[in-house]
Amino acid sequence: MATQTPKPQEIAKGLSHQPPSENWMDTKPEFRSGMYCHPVKVASLEGMGGAFAREWNPTEADWKLPADWKGIVKDGLKDRLRRFRSFQVFMDICVRCGACADKCHFFIGTGDPKNMPVLRAELIRSIYRGEFRTAGKILGKLAGGRKLTEEVIKEWFYYFFQCTECRRCSVFCPYGIDTAEITIIAREILNLLGLQIDWIGTPVNACYHVGNHLGLKPHTFKENIEYLLGDIEENVGITIEPSFNRKGAEILFVTPSGDVFADPGIFTCMSYLILFEYLGLDYTWSTYASEGGNFGFFTSNETMKRLNYKMYAESKRLGVKWILGGECGHMWRVVHQYMDTMNGPADHLEVPRSPITGTVFENAKSTKMVHVTEFTADLIKNGKLNLDKSRNDHYTVTWHDSCNTSRGFGFLEEPRYVLRNVVNNFYEMPDQTIREQTFCCGSGSGLNAGENLEQRFRGGLPRANAVQFVHEKHGVNMLANICAIDRAALKPLMDYWVPAVNVCGLSELVANALVIPGEKAARSTNLRGEEINDLREEAGLEPIEWPEEDEEGGEAGEEGEE
Amino acid sequence: MSFIFSLVAVTVLVLVPLVGVTVADLRWLFGVVVPYAAVATFLIGVSYRVLKWSNSPVPFRIPTTCGQAKGLPWIKTNKLDNPCSLPAVIGRMFLEVFLFRSLFRNTRMEYHQGPKVRYGSSKWLWLFGLLFHYSFLVVLIRHLRFFTEPVPMWVQIVEHIDTFFEMGLPLPGPDGLYVGLPLLAQSGVILLAAATLLFLRRVVIAQVRYISIAGDWFPLLLIIFIAKTGIIMRYVLKVDVVTVKKLTMSLVALKPELPADPISFMFYIHIFLVSFLFAYFPFSKLMHLGGVWLSPTRNLVNNSREKRHINPWNPEVKFHTYAEYEDDFREQMIEAGIPVEKEA
Amino acid sequence: MKIYDKPVIVIGVLIFLAIFAFPLWTALGTTPPQPKVELPKDMKECVAPTEYMKSSHMQLLNEWRDSVVRDGNRVWVSHTGKQYNMSLTNECLRCHNEKSKFCDQCHNYVGVVPFCWDCHTYPKEAK
Repeated sequence: MATQTPKPQEIAKGLSHQPPSENWMDTKPEFRSGMYCHPVKVASLEGMGGAFAREWNPTEADWKLPADWKGIVKDGLKDRLRRFRSFQVFMDICVRCGACADKCHFFIGTGDPKNMPVLRAELIRSIYRGEFRTAGKILGKLAGGRKLTEEVIKEWFYYFFQCTECRRCSVFCPYGIDTAEITIIAREILNLLGLQIDWIGTPVNACYHVGNHLGLKPHTFKENIEYLLGDIEENVGITIEPSFNRKGAEILFVTPSGDVFADPGIFTCMSYLILFEYLGLDYTWSTYASEGGNFGFFTSNETMKRLNYKMYAESKRLGVKWILGGECGHMWRVVHQYMDTMNGPADHLEVPRSPITGTVFENAKSTKMVHVTEFTADLIKNGKLNLDKSRNDHYTVTWHDSCNTSRGFGFLEEPRYVLRNVVNNFYEMPDQTIREQTFCCGSGSGLNAGENLEQRFRGGLPRANAVQFVHEKHGVNMLANICAIDRAALKPLMDYWVPAVNVCGLSELVANALVIPGEKAARSTNLRGEEINDLREEAGLEPIEWPEEDEEGGEAGEEGEE
Repeated sequence: MSFIFSLVAVTVLVLVPLVGVTVADLRWLFGVVVPYAAVATFLIGVSYRVLKWSNSPVPFRIPTTCGQAKGLPWIKTNKLDNPCSLPAVIGRMFLEVFLFRSLFRNTRMEYHQGPKVRYGSSKWLWLFGLLFHYSFLVVLIRHLRFFTEPVPMWVQIVEHIDTFFEMGLPLPGPDGLYVGLPLLAQSGVILLAAATLLFLRRVVIAQVRYISIAGDWFPLLLIIFIAKTGIIMRYVLKVDVVTVKKLTMSLVALKPELPADPISFMFYIHIFLVSFLFAYFPFSKLMHLGGVWLSPTRNLVNNSREKRHINPWNPEVKFHTYAEYEDDFREQMIEAGIPVEKEA
Repeated sequence: MKIYDKPVIVIGVLIFLAIFAFPLWTALGTTPPQPKVELPKDMKECVAPTEYMKSSHMQLLNEWRDSVVRDGNRVWVSHTGKQYNMSLTNECLRCHNEKSKFCDQCHNYVGVVPFCWDCHTYPKEAK
């Protein structure tokens, strides 16, 4: 199965951005191990009522397409041209100026010309011209038109699952042509033929039936969080008893399930628990709406709606006043740009008002959902958090703007404000790699699978290279972000390209800096269980003098546990 | 290949009226019928395409946000790159349509071994693009002197500004370069230069050459030839503009009449190429003139958390309800101490 | 399917038509005006053939000016071999003595503002 991933230097040396001599319509993608994702499992597709579930393999010649696959694709295209003005206009007005060409992280990391956003779109546009427009039908290749063949479908599968819908190209396009929009529709059409990747299809099915992408059943979800509570007790010295599916809570908290499961997301999750305990927030978790992320967004907009439904439905059932959302990228694109349209209006909720500061979040008065980072920024602004940022002094931090929150939301200053208040050493990466020009981690939009590591590392090259730049210039050793996929994907990416840099969620840095009343000497270890003074010594800093352990000390905690 | 095809196509378009007028004397066809057909195709075609776009709704509010959103009141909003209100969207669209805001951001990626990925500023495309479009606009406005009587003051002002340097086009004469009359209109020369640069850019930059199709080469070549024939007529052949205007005015008054005095064949080539450009317009990428206004990633307010956006075809889908979920997991939930709606 | 922004787009299309058809709706129904050039009644020929004068008189005048001002040469030999004095005021205006009935007719018609009158005064207007 997975062959050896090439070494960083091998990738770097072999990289060329010169297009080949033959016309792009004459080249075919090579399904090479490490560069594509595995097809979806039959059960997962069937679980969602997906069409044409079957066993198939991209490396084989026969993809077992349904008999009338051509008609399905053509009708699918026509239907979407009629339903999405974005798609119709983007098919018609590209002038191929090439401004987008070198903006895509996959093009930069692979040199494959079909990863230039303009050509990625032309993969469909050529069919649009060749099958639907007169000039393309008559002149064919000369006019940039071609006929729909099985090879085209294979090419679509390869390249539309090699786009992370990050929208960076859209920032530079003089007409705002958004390849994410084209990829979203291309994937919808591939789904009509039962062509989906497993890393998307299986989480979608799990999320729909079980509540979250990881398929954590209610009791397991609770157990996972309880496991984190144990760590908190050990490392911070406070006991927390959060509630699950509690009716009458003021706030429903929803975060991507990755954060209750895997390192380093769990440290972010622990940080939420600590922060909410510190504030005495009246909130509840839900095991039913236990997923903030939405891999349906990478499937079809109907699937996105089916998964997203649970947030509002659960908030209604529990009778909460508003919803607080954790750190996540695509989750916030969906919450910001899609949720209210799909599953609103959320008239059962109230305009969010922070119970701690009294701030009313007017900017969320329709969706009634607030981002934990803006919630935190408001707390800091109102002096509600006792922060000692020197506790993060052993970190030299840089900030990774996530694609979705930057280009599909505009959430740039809130995290920076929080970051500046919790760390002393913060350095920005170069301007062309942050804010609206930020680079994707290379694994977004459901591509953070295990079998496509080379693809991910190549796609992540521009991001990693910018981190390397500040690592060498300023000694950056921590890459902070507000995205669960980033937390999962950037860690291996850093290990691959810039091994000295670690990855964390923004909230983890907040929790590190938070001075908690009654915090014990246990606080001398951070959430990761590392001795803070060891880390400080490594960074050449004076050790922190922690308060003396009182009589009961850690023992009391252990006794109280069971 | 697509380039050669385009070059041949444009050459044929030059030869057709040349032969048609000089050999077959089809002046009525090339002076009256073709221009009418072209303008009608242009006006109807462009309107049709835009109205067709308007039949597809914008189901979701999907602006590409290129700056700080409106959020907490003490955080400064970047209104023009992330519009929070209608006036802000109008501002963003103005910058986009009239100053090519997005193209102005352009960067150039440089890859060095190491690996080192670096980014440089790259404003050439923006500059050429802007020069090309604005000089084209000025050329169009100047041509209004052939289609209006009396010529409006603002057209004359544009012409006056365009001939600001009060010098002729330097042309080779018997004693070296000769600066003749009429006054040089900068727009025409800039148009030709910018179009040529955009053309060369397409030839020289490997990636751009790779993505180019006939639909890219052809309009550029066509415009270059239009500019060339126009410049030749104005400065070299000196077409009798009074006679030309007699024809053009008869066209706009819908009382077409070929003037008795002859008009140079160059005029017929020029007007045929222009007619072809107009007629070709609605079927081509040139429709970006209309499309730039309708791009949902640019022309929407980024306020979807504040105000609900309506999708006219919001699909009916099947949900997995909480009741179904509890039915699946009731026992485990009770065992784990998670509250349930129905006890077993 | 209700398209919420359709009215705005329709208005946009109408504005487009209004702008691009601007010459049409200003000229519609009118009879195309024609310049009325009054030719000197007693003269049969000009300093150059009519065809040439129509399209290139500005170039000729430019050459005359250079010849007179730079070389001091005032003699022009026409295509018929006849000699003329290179002078706008004394030669051209001698026959074409009413600017408004000759020069202005075409200049106004095609929107040309010659710079002759920046320096030269027109005798009748000078009074």
